Amino acid sequence: MVFGVVVISFVLTRALPGDPAVYFAGPAADAASIEEVREALGLDKSLPQQFLIYLGDLVRGDLGQSISTGQSVFSDLANRLPASLELTLTALLMSCGIAIPLGVLAATRPGSWIDHLCRVLVTAGVSLPTFFTGIVLIYVFYYLLGLAPSPLGRLDFIYIEPDHVTGFYLIDAALAGDWETWIGAAKQLVLPATTLALFTLAPVARMTRAAMLGALSSDFVRTARASGLGSGTILITYAFRNALLPVITTLGMVFSFSLGANVLVEKVFAWPGVGSYAVEALVVSDYAAVQGFVLAMALLFVTLNLIIDLAYMMIDPRIGFEAR
Amino acid sequence: MSSVIASPQIGRQGALDHTLYVLRENPVTLIAFAMFALLCVAAIFGPSLVPYDPLASNAAIALEPPSWAHWFGTDNLGRDVFSRVVVATRLDLMISVAAVALSFVVGSVLGAAAGYWGGWLDMVLNRVLDTIMAFPLFVLAMGIVAALGNTIENIVYATAIINVPFYARLVRAEVNIRRDAGFALAARLSGNSDFRVLAFHIFPNALPPMMVQVSLNLGWAILNAAGLSFIGLGVRPPTPEWGIMVAEGANFIVSGEWWLAVFPGATLMLAVFTFNLLGDGLRDIVDPRKRT
Amino acid sequence: MLSIKGLEIGFRTRRGEVDAVRGISFEVAKGETLGIVGESGSGKSVTSYALMRILDAGGRIKAGDIVYGGVDLRAASENDMRDIRGREISMIFQNSRAALNPIRKVGRQLEDVLCRHARATRSTAKREAVKALEAVRIRDAEARYQAYPFELSGGMCQRVVIAMALACDPKLLIADEPTTGLDITTQKAVMDLVLELIRERAMSAILISHDLGLAAQYCDRIMVMKDGEIVETGASARLFSAPGHPYTRKLVDATPREGASIRSLLPAELRTPLEDHSPGNWPLLEVRNLVKTFAGKSGPVHAVKDISFTVNQGQSVGLVGESGCGKSTTSSMIVRLLDPTSGALIFEGTDLAETPSRGFARDPRRARIQMVFQDATDALNPRHTARQSIGDPLYRLTGLGGRDANARIDEIADLVGLPRPLLDRFPHQLSGGQKARVGIGRAIAVEPKLLILDEPTAALDVSIQALILNLLADLRQRLGMTYLFVSHDLRVVRLLCDHVIVMREGAIVEQGPTDKVMSRPDHDYTRELLAAAPKPPVRLTAEKADPPERFPRALSA
Repeated sequence: MVFGVVVISFVLTRALPGDPAVYFAGPAADAASIEEVREALGLDKSLPQQFLIYLGDLVRGDLGQSISTGQSVFSDLANRLPASLELTLTALLMSCGIAIPLGVLAATRPGSWIDHLCRVLVTAGVSLPTFFTGIVLIYVFYYLLGLAPSPLGRLDFIYIEPDHVTGFYLIDAALAGDWETWIGAAKQLVLPATTLALFTLAPVARMTRAAMLGALSSDFVRTARASGLGSGTILITYAFRNALLPVITTLGMVFSFSLGANVLVEKVFAWPGVGSYAVEALVVSDYAAVQGFVLAMALLFVTLNLIIDLAYMMIDPRIGFEAR
Repeated sequence: MSSVIASPQIGRQGALDHTLYVLRENPVTLIAFAMFALLCVAAIFGPSLVPYDPLASNAAIALEPPSWAHWFGTDNLGRDVFSRVVVATRLDLMISVAAVALSFVVGSVLGAAAGYWGGWLDMVLNRVLDTIMAFPLFVLAMGIVAALGNTIENIVYATAIINVPFYARLVRAEVNIRRDAGFALAARLSGNSDFRVLAFHIFPNALPPMMVQVSLNLGWAILNAAGLSFIGLGVRPPTPEWGIMVAEGANFIVSGEWWLAVFPGATLMLAVFTFNLLGDGLRDIVDPRKRT
Repeated sequence: MLSIKGLEIGFRTRRGEVDAVRGISFEVAKGETLGIVGESGSGKSVTSYALMRILDAGGRIKAGDIVYGGVDLRAASENDMRDIRGREISMIFQNSRAALNPIRKVGRQLEDVLCRHARATRSTAKREAVKALEAVRIRDAEARYQAYPFELSGGMCQRVVIAMALACDPKLLIADEPTTGLDITTQKAVMDLVLELIRERAMSAILISHDLGLAAQYCDRIMVMKDGEIVETGASARLFSAPGHPYTRKLVDATPREGASIRSLLPAELRTPLEDHSPGNWPLLEVRNLVKTFAGKSGPVHAVKDISFTVNQGQSVGLVGESGCGKSTTSSMIVRLLDPTSGALIFEGTDLAETPSRGFARDPRRARIQMVFQDATDALNPRHTARQSIGDPLYRLTGLGGRDANARIDEIADLVGLPRPLLDRFPHQLSGGQKARVGIGRAIAVEPKLLILDEPTAALDVSIQALILNLLADLRQRLGMTYLFVSHDLRVVRLLCDHVIVMREGAIVEQGPTDKVMSRPDHDYTRELLAAAPKPPVRLTAEKADPPERFPRALSA
């Protein structure tokens, strides 16, 4: 699958309009020097040849040079990925923290106000354009109420970046014991993370509710009730653990979606993550950067799937059985 | 049993009754249908209904807040936001309908074939779909539009491509569970060729869940197209389109001119909301388990 | 011990509240086994859920008293009920695999119950759980303790469910269709075990079943329910020998039993004489060295291992065996839905196996071999009316169209006893028996020579089963068809077939004339199958009036 991703990203980026040779050669270049640059970049070779060279570079861990930043794509990504991950993971934690209890409550009390609340939130949640929610949040909390800091990046310039350990500002600041910076970083994070969380809340809550409803009406829950087990045991050990399986699958999908939505949120909040990097790279036809970004995303996704499979195996004994 | 025999037209009437019943039981669905009708009206007649030319700029009345003359205010070039929002309906709906129709057809054909015949076809399709799904889909759409060129058709193609996996998988699953159902086997015994069994016996039974998916996907497609124009891909200014209007308005939000972004954004949200409600409503109507 | 008075249960549905149980009263004495028998929708299961107070959402007890050992269960708090469930009254369910938590070890599930009712502490739980497993005669209980439900067979799962139900020594056991879906030999083993354990512990029990024969064999007293009301209650033997209520009589008649003929399953007023049935002696179908091997995950699976048999013109052959014996695979190959790995299927002198199943739809022999499917609901296209379903083979295989086809469809509807107005209904608007008739109508529409019947009555209530079996017997006469009847139920096969083939693990263990195989089986497995079938008390008076060897005239449609 990774190979498929490499092929698609290669083909897509080669199809990007604009000629990087012209870009690299600079505005004053004549035809000859452009041709020189083209040769230097290997762009004069046939596409399959270019592809093989690209593959060779990949194997060596060389993602190429970004045209727009002048840095190696690898270091660009390494710098920016933690910002995106910090945002996405915080958002996911927030949405799971709300959505899963909400879904469980709605399923145990069908027809109650909490069930209706859940339904409204779910339908409204999937209808929210992330970029629009972000803008509304900025308007309300920054412009009207003045509670949030200006929506520009991960940290206000009055703070000093914490020492780079994980690249996650919250963790790095906590490790350094610099709580002032921690609060500064957290303040910057709240609005974009909320935006993203609102977007991911809906599918998680919807799936939790549906899966719990299914589990609660299952035969084995009826057996558990008929054996007189307590409602806590039935709810958690019997129903919830079974309902968790589809929820985890949904979480994987939601993670992938939020990586996409990240692009928009990062643009709205000027967040220096990989999403905004990709948009800038796309606009100037920066081959290497776009390829690197897409690859990083795909690798992330593959890793995520691995984690999901592992989680599944831990919860569901049947998975391991089929694999044997 | 005798009373049942006495009413032979129960078939057609039952479906209609059921629809009415669902609408009565769930007023939200009724509202969704009404809003859908409104959207259709705006899309069809919008350009001839609006009070101002959506493209006419007038520097004298730039950035005016909502008033009786300009319900949604004016933008930085003095264009009427309300007119622009209404006119944009057609473009946004067209993009999403075209994209969903395209992915519906392609996804159905691929998914049905893979689900019915299985084998290498199924394996190849699954591989390809997995690969597409390995991209964050919005990013893939960005890449496709950027690569193919910044046009509205390409937004349609990009949106269609990222939607295909959903339809293909849904149809594949629906066809696959019915491939060995008694009625499909019986159809083969009745002398139907494989193609006929698939097209006339199995596929129609997979349609109801597909219709629900279509409705939900329409909303998603609108979001997607608007998102693409928001980051500057696809539709170009000054064409009125919700995403691009929000993007333009975003620059003014920090200085308090909220109407530029909020009205198109809210309309976009309402449109998506409508399709989602419609999808839920349709699910109620078509879900055979809920039929009594 | 348990006394129920005037119990009424309602269910909220879209059309307002529907009464599932309408004012029933009964008692269960200490040490007594009561059978509640009824067809689907009679309210028998709902009654048991109500007295455990585990009705699904939407169901509620509208009126009546439920008193158990002096305690009013309707008034008891939910907490008290939790103490009663499992410790005083416990329940075993149909479809035991689904009744167990799929992702929790069965031992842990047992422990949950034991600890809940203070029968064990954390430290003794495992020992007690293993003991409970041993109590239901599970060998190697230590190892089974570690198993997940999906690793156990259906019968083993049912034993675990029984172990859970009996772990805390309840006084009353409710068994809701405990053996439905299990193979007949497993069914007998499970029922014998339940009976033995009940006797051992001097417990009371309620057995809920659709099978009057089964209930009669295992219960002291039987209560027959219909449409939420009690029709008749009586001692098992008495109910069979002298049923009081007409409905009970109908049920008793329809229950397949030793010595009954196919007509005697019907209510007396429908027992028109059956035409004489004499099979020819030239082979219509010869199955030679048929083999089917599937590629499984862990090596090849030999579904059918080199079987040969002959079906003569006009004969009815029964293909009998338990699940997984290869009978369905065999019938799928004969009807050309599946290609054999090797072997020949000589039909009217030509080998069917030479035409691949994929292209068989266009083969001229297609119309000559048809099939009636197991589950009539599943076998009808939900989006086609009965007319469309029956018409489909006519359009495709006979070239009949328009008015001619419609006239023919009307004719077929008459033939299978389907009222013509129902032809324009969709499957979900038809009853189970009506759907079965549509399925049969579709199969006979093109007048096949060979009709394969794949458990055509397995999903039907017993009174409907009696009607359908008789319909099939009449159609055989009228249309001169040859039947291959695939079933797990020897009692049913015996009624319709001249010749029986018993299969096990892909091979034929015994075949021969029905009477011979039934009365003097050669093979141990056949004997085991015969022994496992429930044996209700024989109703002497009725049998004498209708000697089984006579084959009188056809039943009018």
